[in-house]
Amino acid sequence: MNQKKEKRYSLTRETFTRLMKNRLAMFGLFILCVLVITAIFADQIAPYSYDQMDLLNAYKAPCKGHIFGTDEFGRDIFSRVVYGSRISLKVGFIAVSIAVVAGGLLGAVAGYYGGWTDNLIMRAMDVIMSIPATLLAISIAAALGAGLTNLMIATGIASIPTYARIVRASVLGIKEQEFVEAARAVGTRDFTILCKHILPNCLAPIIVQATLGVAFAILTAAGLSFIGLGIEPPTPEWGAMLSNARSYIRDYSYMCLFPGLAIALTIFSLNVLGDGLRDALDPKLRQ
Amino acid sequence: MNVFLKIEGLTVEYRSGNRHVHAVNDLDLQLGEGEVLGFVGETGAGKTTTALSILRILPNPPAKVLGGKVIFKDQDIIQLSDREMRAIRGEEIAMIFQDPMTSLDPVKTVGDQICEMILLHRNCSKKEAWEMAGDMLETVGIDRGRAGDYPHQFSGGMKQRVVIAIALSCKPSLLIADEPTTALDVTIQAQILELMKELKKKYQSSMIMITHDLGIVAEICDNVAIMYAGGVLEYGSVMDIYKDPRHPYTRALFDSIPDVHRDQARLKVISGLPPDPTDIPSGCPFHPRCPHCTERCKTEKPEVVHLNETHWARCFLAQEEGRYEHE
Repeated sequence: MNQKKEKRYSLTRETFTRLMKNRLAMFGLFILCVLVITAIFADQIAPYSYDQMDLLNAYKAPCKGHIFGTDEFGRDIFSRVVYGSRISLKVGFIAVSIAVVAGGLLGAVAGYYGGWTDNLIMRAMDVIMSIPATLLAISIAAALGAGLTNLMIATGIASIPTYARIVRASVLGIKEQEFVEAARAVGTRDFTILCKHILPNCLAPIIVQATLGVAFAILTAAGLSFIGLGIEPPTPEWGAMLSNARSYIRDYSYMCLFPGLAIALTIFSLNVLGDGLRDALDPKLRQ
Repeated sequence: MNVFLKIEGLTVEYRSGNRHVHAVNDLDLQLGEGEVLGFVGETGAGKTTTALSILRILPNPPAKVLGGKVIFKDQDIIQLSDREMRAIRGEEIAMIFQDPMTSLDPVKTVGDQICEMILLHRNCSKKEAWEMAGDMLETVGIDRGRAGDYPHQFSGGMKQRVVIAIALSCKPSLLIADEPTTALDVTIQAQILELMKELKKKYQSSMIMITHDLGIVAEICDNVAIMYAGGVLEYGSVMDIYKDPRHPYTRALFDSIPDVHRDQARLKVISGLPPDPTDIPSGCPFHPRCPHCTERCKTEKPEVVHLNETHWARCFLAQEEGRYEHE
């Protein structure tokens, strides 16, 4: 108690301290760190190059030389999964960042100002939402052309409306609260109120949605790669590997297993981390 | 006493669909320097709307100021630009809100929230502001070490103290308190009132006290405005109003305070309901509930009747002393 009086904890630090107490969230963070490290040091970790073919050793089950086995061209699946983490994580995080920033801003402005601004923005979002997200991503990717950057932009744009809606809904609820009126009564500007009082109060749903969104972005990217609008082979991407391996699922199930496991693990860790963050960020649960 | 806030003919309306809610109708008031004015009236009488229009933070839409002037230190607040208005809010006029549970931002420490006010209006560093915030907390009787705590770590009374600290941190010349003690229990109420009285003396600010508790008014106010249906029915010093209420509504309000010394089975109430603000009665707005209503009251709006220098009432019968006694 005495120490508390001496020191002033910042929000970030306090949140992290609380997060540390949540074991499952820490496990998620750990997995995510492992994945990030894998992505960064892929060159050192992978025993083979991702496109090194060895037709004599094709369709090998997991063994000593190839711990995840090999695919139809004899490429080492472990190396491909390791390199694939680079692409998948990049696509997931950048696409979600695009969506959160753009969607969050649009939603916040729509919710705060209301009236015709709100109508204009939200009707535009409705138009985007009326097109199935995957289909929209396909059309954007088709218009921009194949490639990693376009893939991220396409996935990002496709999920903007979700964030805009979530942020708008939270802003609508929060702007009616008395502390916003109080902030206005002390002479704070609209923009400052929006950024300093309203947005921090709707962080929790954004964070949860963003962690789920990374999963969605990875899957959408995988889908786009599958139809040839995303990553071009032989670049390894988990989704593309998965779709590629699905023709061999009866005889060589491990070809699907490992990329699938990688996706599942990433998404699981993101979800538990998101949940933990939401709890840690809620000041009402703080002791 | 110098008049430094003068409201003339203020009319505010809320619009929802086709309905026009007449929240404040042609309201006149004035407030002298260092004076404490009590706004008393039933729920929906337009007390809060008046206060919000002084600060110009009415939600717009649906609220709209249709006319009138709010003259504060020789300038009409209604005409000021948003920028000029922002400089007045907090710096010159500050407000204490009704419910301390919701008027603090739950994700910011109380120190940060006091700092925000100081940084907006004072040219100082973050560190100096933090120091000043600590001083303010001590002024309202909270340990300065608690500046880093979040609002949910405080009790209701403490939160209201924090709200008062925020309001007073820039030493405003006018403090508007919108039912500051309604959400608190009686013992805390007494403490907060005591604190406000003390600080009022210390900072020499004027104050508008919005309440429906006549006890609070007697304790803290110099003058009282009795509000009904968006207008002032009677205005006077606390002595005038409590010793010699002239408007039937004011009398009815006093009559409805339960008396501990008498064995009362039922509360004495004012018959009828407050008027529907979308359809305010013609003539005197109180006439449908008034026991002394005449034909004239139904059609003609009573003018202000001055009873002495400070005391006036809007009633045709106000002059006729002894016309009605406490029944």
